[in-house]
Amino acid sequence: MVSNVSGSSSRILQEEIDKLKAEKSSIEDRISALQAQLNEEKDKDKDSSTCCFPSSLSINASSCFQHALSPDMIYRYSRHLLLPSFGIEAQSKLLKSSILVVGAGGLGSPALLYLAASGVGRLGIVDHDVVELNNLHRQIIHAEAYIGQSKVTSAAAACRAINSTVQIVEYKEALRVSNALEIVSKYDIVIDATDNAPSRYMVNDCCVVLGKPLISGAAVGLEGQLTVYNHDGGPCYRCLFPTPPPTSACQRCSDSGVLGVVPGVIGCLQALEAIKVASSVGESLSGRMLLFDALSARIRIVKIRGRSFHCEACGENAAFKQPMFQKFDYEKFTQSPFASTPLKLNLLSESDRISSKDYKARVTNGEPHVLVDVRPAHHFKIVALPKSLNIPLSTLKDKLPAISSALKEEEVTDSSSGSSASLYVICRRGNDSQRAVHYLHQMGFTSARDILGGLESWASDVDPNFPTY
Amino acid sequence: MQLTLEFGGGLELLCESVKIHNVNVDLEAGEEKLTMKDLLSWVRTNLIKERPEMFMKGDSVRPGVLVLVNDCDWELSGQLDTTLEEKDVVVFISTLHGG
Repeated sequence: MVSNVSGSSSRILQEEIDKLKAEKSSIEDRISALQAQLNEEKDKDKDSSTCCFPSSLSINASSCFQHALSPDMIYRYSRHLLLPSFGIEAQSKLLKSSILVVGAGGLGSPALLYLAASGVGRLGIVDHDVVELNNLHRQIIHAEAYIGQSKVTSAAAACRAINSTVQIVEYKEALRVSNALEIVSKYDIVIDATDNAPSRYMVNDCCVVLGKPLISGAAVGLEGQLTVYNHDGGPCYRCLFPTPPPTSACQRCSDSGVLGVVPGVIGCLQALEAIKVASSVGESLSGRMLLFDALSARIRIVKIRGRSFHCEACGENAAFKQPMFQKFDYEKFTQSPFASTPLKLNLLSESDRISSKDYKARVTNGEPHVLVDVRPAHHFKIVALPKSLNIPLSTLKDKLPAISSALKEEEVTDSSSGSSASLYVICRRGNDSQRAVHYLHQMGFTSARDILGGLESWASDVDPNFPTY
Repeated sequence: MQLTLEFGGGLELLCESVKIHNVNVDLEAGEEKLTMKDLLSWVRTNLIKERPEMFMKGDSVRPGVLVLVNDCDWELSGQLDTTLEEKDVVVFISTLHGG
């Protein structure tokens, strides 16, 4: 009874919280949109008032100050202005610059926050994705209230909240060959904060075709990389990587994991490089690459090759111009998709696979069986089905005797039925389990079958309380 | 010849997740110098424990791997023909795409 009461009251509280959160986020969106509108109005007024002033007055005003910073701006950016090597000149250039950030994820989050705060004139954000709970540990620009909403909406609101004087342009779409030229041409500098190989080649080629400097960052696991392409006579991405790597060499954060701070560090450095290029201060990383290893706390800056004479994108005789860019198939070129949707392998015939629901029914019926989970050991520690036997795919070859003895044990326990025990194989999404079953068949375990869609299908079709990751 | 070899960007997974290897590579009989070409075949034989195709393609590294000799792109020192010297540091790093 007591737990029932507290259960229902906590449900009411939760509902109230959810309702308020939704209201809060819609109010924030509204404020953000109105603020943008207000800024545009102010800009218009400024333009028209300059025109109306007698010319002598405007000359007087500009002769006092060699820049266009308002008193508010001077106060806001005062710590930049106090830097002898940055000062009013660099800040003025920054205020007139425009930067496009492609991707509002782990790299884009800190990059956008710093660029907005530091007073970039116009900031474009491109992303087609929505905010998810498992983004929040690293994509620090997004808050819980924006889960399920567009990343661009969320990032734009966060940037406007920090600095309402920056013009934020929202592109809630994926960057593709069809829209890239039009979008990128409106900016001085591009930040590559994407998460896949085809996008990286596409963003590079677009920048080469349009002559824009590209601040490129990447992070997976506990490592990050950073450089500036197509700037100051330096190389472009294709000079360095003329041939795309095999698909199997392209790790994704959703498979390999990533420590939140690592893209954070690289994203901050991308903002720094962009600010340096925009305001023409310091030495950019063009022709050099920064390699960051978080685990050993090591940063290495290496010299990379210069612009390649033979580069297909930026070389002397390169035929790569706008029409060719618009026809180029980047997914075919890199053999991997733009979207970060996981691979769906189809290695086995239908009779060698069962659904998670079917497997559940067999467990309920008490069918004697062995369930082998072929995920890596650290995945198995997160969550696993009861009584499953963890034999990571990489060790399967050496662990066949363990499977044989587990099957025998199962048959002895269930001596009444007299039938042999079945062998099922499961993994996270149903790809490695197919590879394992394929191998087991070759090794004589002909009855082995895999569970379609792995633990993800168990969670979606059988047990909604089963954790996914 | 004493060399320090480092693997990164996921390539360390091919050599039992060890990133830094201090190794001693002997010159082939009759050879006077050690080139990167020699070192690559030595690494493939002695350090790469699995999926060698993720490290090499033909007699060079696979696409997407940067090779740095003493913090400098091997393109600048002659690629496979780069001559190595005592105590050199050679880094093999796979380019990352995530973000």
